[in-house]
Amino acid sequence: MTYTLWIILTGCLVGLTCGVTGSLLVLRKMSMLADAISHTVLLGIVGAFFVSHSLNGLPMLIGAGIVGILTAFFVESLHSSGVQSDAAIGVVFTSLFALGVVLISFIGDQVHLDTKHALMGEIAFVPWDILEINGVSYGPIAVWMLGIVFIISIILIWIFYKQIKISTFDPQFAKLIGVPVVFIHYLLMTMVSLSTVAAFDSVGAILVVAMLIVPGATAYLLTDRFFILLCLSGVIGILSAIVGYTLAVYWNVSIAGAMACAAGIFFLFAFLFSPSNGLVVRKIKNLRYS
Amino acid sequence: MDFIFDLFSGANIRWVLFGSLLLGCASGIIGSFVLLKKQSLISDAMAHAALPGVCIVYIIFEIKSVPMLLIGATITSLIATQSIQTIIKHSKIKSDAAIGIIISVFFGFGIVLLTFIQQNSSGNQAGLDSFIFGQAASLVRSDIQLITVGSLLLVILTTLFFKEFKISIFDPLFAKGIGLPVTFFNGVLLALVVGVVVIGIQMVGVVLIAALLITPPLAARYWTERLGMMAILAGVFGAISGASGAVLSTMIANLPTGPMMVLSASLIFLLSLLFGSKKGIALKAVRHL
Repeated sequence: MTYTLWIILTGCLVGLTCGVTGSLLVLRKMSMLADAISHTVLLGIVGAFFVSHSLNGLPMLIGAGIVGILTAFFVESLHSSGVQSDAAIGVVFTSLFALGVVLISFIGDQVHLDTKHALMGEIAFVPWDILEINGVSYGPIAVWMLGIVFIISIILIWIFYKQIKISTFDPQFAKLIGVPVVFIHYLLMTMVSLSTVAAFDSVGAILVVAMLIVPGATAYLLTDRFFILLCLSGVIGILSAIVGYTLAVYWNVSIAGAMACAAGIFFLFAFLFSPSNGLVVRKIKNLRYS
Repeated sequence: MDFIFDLFSGANIRWVLFGSLLLGCASGIIGSFVLLKKQSLISDAMAHAALPGVCIVYIIFEIKSVPMLLIGATITSLIATQSIQTIIKHSKIKSDAAIGIIISVFFGFGIVLLTFIQQNSSGNQAGLDSFIFGQAASLVRSDIQLITVGSLLLVILTTLFFKEFKISIFDPLFAKGIGLPVTFFNGVLLALVVGVVVIGIQMVGVVLIAALLITPPLAARYWTERLGMMAILAGVFGAISGASGAVLSTMIANLPTGPMMVLSASLIFLLSLLFGSKKGIALKAVRHL
């Protein structure tokens, strides 16, 4: 496969993985928790580097998973001790993110991990970081990581489909009939952390937020059915990645940034012209009735 | 001792110290109101949205005049807040997702413009990067004077309108009843928040400036139940974290200013959380015994 195709494949996998997981977050009104986790994952990655002195694969996933769950846990404990939830999220993620950035500036000389990389990612370098076993090349590591995380997410959603659905739409009822609501909550948080860290190399810690929230919100404006929402969100994620990549190459700008912009444009269109919810569509309907 | 003496004798450093102190103070006081209005994360969106504004002004005018760049930042910040309100009002998207969308898309757009500038600009574009994380060491005298005077102005304005803000936040109906223009004061408060963000981004950076609005007031909540005291304490906490962050990052090379300020604020928050006289964990534990 050629260089360009690998990049597009990576982008599509980011869009797909984040899109599917993210749509659940939008439904559960936890978008900003996802924003928080995608920031704090940076600390997990730096921590994993301090422990293992390498920047790829398993240690990174584990570190990010731990910090992601910790973030959710800290926010939850602050919230239950009486701090309003937006402030709880704000204080936790800015603290952990700042810590991550400061630690990076200490180790920045030793590795190719700097603050800019952490923010924007460098999808253009993905095809050169190749998984090699016994001298045989198996394609970029990022593609493998994203693929594995995507498959894990899909399996988890498939196994817990009913529980996720019930606890999303009616948490009280879910608790009543014995669905492990807290477990589902932390399960989703783990999925978010894994998606984030897998996408980290390609689109950076902050722009991952765009891929998590925006496709989900766009799909939410287009459909009311849970299953269709999940699929649609993944598709919009992929489309954002492809359109974003094309625009980025055309203007020679940041690929990750362009993907976020493309997702934003899709959202704007859905916001204005969605058949069921669009602003313009509803205005026209109102005119017709009056 | 010599070292500390050297530190405070440098004119530039003294200015940086003074500016960051006032900036932290202003953000702490204004943040108290933001916290009460439950708009902490909206302020984060405003901060991120400042980045495209800075870049657009640079692309259009091809100059690095700081006041102009900050005007651009103000405009995009306001557009971002307006967009969040529009999304919440006109669709079934809830506020948290709306904020997330605006943060990520505006910031992504900012990054696109930043890379566009780096590739196409012939002139000296160095320094625009520092808007992301802030760099006190790269500030020139006029920048710091802007920060100092601006922060001072913000503090004075907040003190002047303190009572009006208090009433219109706690009891908007009563405020309307006694003829207070609540919408106007909400607008003023919004302007003050944008003011802190815009003035502070050079030193703290767009990614973390919101933390200076969120963390000090939250820490102050653990010491007092009264708004006046809370605002004062938040101002003091903000000032301490601003000044210590700025000094540490100028003393040690490569250390970004914004994250250091935020870490100082987080440390104060942690101490308040543990030992605060109103709701601190230690106090609760002692009472429990």
